[in-house]
Amino acid sequence: MADVSAPSPVELDQPASDESTRPATPWVTIVWNDPVNLMSYVTYVFCTYFGYSKKKAEKLMLEVHHDGRSVVSSGTREEMERDVQAMHEYGLWATLQRDDL
Amino acid sequence: MTSGFEPARGGGVVISLSGFEADLLRSLASQLVELLRNEVATPGAVDPFEAMLDFSGPTTAPEDPVLARLFPTAYPDDEEAAGEFRRFTEGGLRDTKARTAALMIDQLEEAGLPPVLTGDDLWVDVELDQASAQAWLRGLTDVRLALATRLGIEEGDEDFWAALPDDDPRTHVHDIYEWAGFLQETLVHALWR
Repeated sequence: MADVSAPSPVELDQPASDESTRPATPWVTIVWNDPVNLMSYVTYVFCTYFGYSKKKAEKLMLEVHHDGRSVVSSGTREEMERDVQAMHEYGLWATLQRDDL
Repeated sequence: MTSGFEPARGGGVVISLSGFEADLLRSLASQLVELLRNEVATPGAVDPFEAMLDFSGPTTAPEDPVLARLFPTAYPDDEEAAGEFRRFTEGGLRDTKARTAALMIDQLEEAGLPPVLTGDDLWVDVELDQASAQAWLRGLTDVRLALATRLGIEEGDEDFWAALPDDDPRTHVHDIYEWAGFLQETLVHALWR
């Protein structure tokens, strides 16, 4: 990701919010790192589209940036297809798959 | 040069662009509209009979690298599912992205950018409500993705671009790419104040 401005410091270890990204439902939306999208923009998209708090959105954004990808939502296959389509509309590189991570 | 987007009344944003900048943005957005509307979507079926009956949408990734980046493969390990997803989404996404770029052009012109730019002392103030600002965010993203794909931007390649000589044609395009990034960065922050 491009980092025009450094994000404000966030706490990386938040076991509580991990629960919400690793649910029992079988499909997940994954956002992949790309060298173009700004860190601030990716965070903004996660807040705006998914309604996540800024803290959670930044955590997911940093996962994308440092690990190359992050599971940003989970649910039914149809729901994940909608999320992937929305991410493509925002210009983010997203895919979906069964939750076998 | 512009100092970027700033928050405006009612949750909107405002930006002062020099005539040159506004003209440049219009030109980039126009190219995007053309690319999205003109390149025929890759036909999905190879069988001629099937192809004639298949007007719903493409099932394989676009050949143009910019379009391939704008419409990524949703199921990397499942060609059939990826094709179905593409058939049902790519047409709509193309329309949305083209309409967004066209909206940017309209709003630049409504703000006072003449059809043909003459002279260099023009400034245009573009004021956007929140919905338009959101659309510009996505439009600027598409512009940046297009420029980055043509330039071959990669993760962590800042030193390479910084070291390019001034007379390399890529230097100028990279400057424009950085400028579009600056616009977008200030737009995110203006929306987030």
